[in-house]
Amino acid sequence: MRIQKTFERLKTEGRCALIPFITAGDPDAELTLPLMRALVAGGADIIELGVPFSDPMADGPTIQRACERALKAGMSLRGVLDIVKSFRAEFADTPVVLMGYANPVEAYGSAFAQDAKTAGVDGVLIVDYPPEECGEFTKMMRAAGMDPIFLLAPTSSEERCREVAASGSGYIYYVSLKGVTGAGHLDFDEVGRRIPEIRQIVGMPVGVGFGIRDAASAARIAAVAEAVVIGSRIIEEIENSPRAEAPGRVTAFLRTIRTAIDTVRERK
Amino acid sequence: MSEIPYNLPDVRGHFGPYGGSFVAETLMPALTELVAAYEEVKKDPAFRAEFEYELKHYVGRPSPIFHAKRWSGMLGGAQIYLKREDLNHTGAHKVNNCIGQAMLARRMGKPRVIAETGAGQHGVATATVAARYGMECVVYMGSEDIRRQAANVYRMKLLGATVVPVESGSKTLKDALNEAMRDWVTNVGNTYYIIGTVAGPHPYPMMVRDFQSVIGEECKTQMPEMAGRQPDAVIACVGGGSNAMGIFYPYIDVAGVKLIGVEAAGLGLKSGKHSASLIAGRPGVLHGNRTYLLQDANGQITETHSVSAGLDYPGVGPEHAWLKDIQRAEYVAITDDEALQAFHDLCRFEGIIPALESAHALAYAAKLAPTLAQDKLLLVNLSGRGDKDMHTVAEKSGIVF
Repeated sequence: MRIQKTFERLKTEGRCALIPFITAGDPDAELTLPLMRALVAGGADIIELGVPFSDPMADGPTIQRACERALKAGMSLRGVLDIVKSFRAEFADTPVVLMGYANPVEAYGSAFAQDAKTAGVDGVLIVDYPPEECGEFTKMMRAAGMDPIFLLAPTSSEERCREVAASGSGYIYYVSLKGVTGAGHLDFDEVGRRIPEIRQIVGMPVGVGFGIRDAASAARIAAVAEAVVIGSRIIEEIENSPRAEAPGRVTAFLRTIRTAIDTVRERK
Repeated sequence: MSEIPYNLPDVRGHFGPYGGSFVAETLMPALTELVAAYEEVKKDPAFRAEFEYELKHYVGRPSPIFHAKRWSGMLGGAQIYLKREDLNHTGAHKVNNCIGQAMLARRMGKPRVIAETGAGQHGVATATVAARYGMECVVYMGSEDIRRQAANVYRMKLLGATVVPVESGSKTLKDALNEAMRDWVTNVGNTYYIIGTVAGPHPYPMMVRDFQSVIGEECKTQMPEMAGRQPDAVIACVGGGSNAMGIFYPYIDVAGVKLIGVEAAGLGLKSGKHSASLIAGRPGVLHGNRTYLLQDANGQITETHSVSAGLDYPGVGPEHAWLKDIQRAEYVAITDDEALQAFHDLCRFEGIIPALESAHALAYAAKLAPTLAQDKLLLVNLSGRGDKDMHTVAEKSGIVF
């Protein structure tokens, strides 16, 4: 279980996990593996790899654009698993979590769990699968030795946190604001209050994402959470770079985040 | 039909394998709150009384049933009866549901309502009701639909709503729905999302059906008065499927009444340019529910086409998916050209200008009627009037205003 091992190692080192997100196949399939290498070089502990979907309802315009580019370039869930396989051949330890929507996974069929496991996937987060609608899927993930990862939100009640924790493993992804990915402003006080409560209920590491855009916001989150998830801002970096320079710029950007969250932890 | 009365959805919003609540965690508490609020008003006679008062005095219900005698005679077969939802205030059935949901929003203390719209009918109905109750109103509409439905956009603005153009994806109804969901997630504290059709997460498919079922309830009383008995078949167009569910639902347990839903075959089912989710789609998950979807082999939602913006949607309400599987309803498809022909025929032979959506149901009735005896009765839901479609029909006929 690479995800558990990663969090155990980080705990002994007194560090916070850095979890970057990119959409697989954005801008094309060939660039995704170089970008994943760039994420590792920039200090990624776990990589969240987005499975593109035509109707990404929970995402903002940045990730929607990434999905549109990836689909236009022909990316599919099968293609995503091929990329993970290549990544896994080079990197034995960095966990990969697929993040996406239910329909492409269901269209893939019942072979998904085994194929994903074989490719080297460690966890799967399906945004539009609340625990009550995906009992079978969760069972299949566990049977194949992968972590079903779930979201919690500022609006989640204590009872809801318990329900979600009972279904999920690996880590909890706390959505730090009411809204979509890449949106608005984070309420740090709210996050600071909620995370310790949630951690106590769920009994597993808590990662925080949505709305983290720079070193300063990442550092404030790192002070309270086990992991910082950053997505839209990296995709903007890819979007705004000439193709050949994108990996280098992604590494440089991610290093600024890595440095900021490590500094916080050292001070603690 | 089985002996057990039809009683769906279950407590979590499932119609057999369809329906449910497939949404991000951020929306789950809002849906739980909505389910509870709706259960409460359902039991409240005061809410029911207010709803009925509004339907009577503001919408003009009951809407009449009209025997299209001349057209039936020309077709030379079954008698066609029209349920005149086109005579409702705002010109379509959409307003029935908007009043119910706006009343619920008020009860829940939400001062802001949002909606998605395709043809603009649901947007206009929402803007109308928001003006009536003094609520802030934001309507999301695909930029392609804004182009096709300029008059309705202006109507919404006159009524005080903000119309937000949606430029993502295919720039039509499904993209407007995505954008409205995003708004709701962001502003869930003060905002009520008025979904216009029997799709979306639980409780929407059930709630919208319940508010729209006034259509079928009235028919059950009116048909025996008009024609001496219930119809042999009830025919309605299906995009998301709210007008069809509204007229079908009270008839589900009535033996001998065929239920026929008419989807948009666009340029033809073989062309790939259509919106016939039930006939040509496969089950999947989109917009909060499991249902039949138009999708490619990889599970990506495909772009749809119909001459009528209101049918241009890749999914369909989950209860229709269930009625199809249990064979209680039959689903057929009508092309753009067939719908346009029916549109013109109803204009010329009965003096009624139908909405292009409703023209699909009319076109199927016109196909079916000549195959049946003259004493057979077809009840068509004339779900809306065609004023909004002047531009589209004129364009198709090569006319420039």
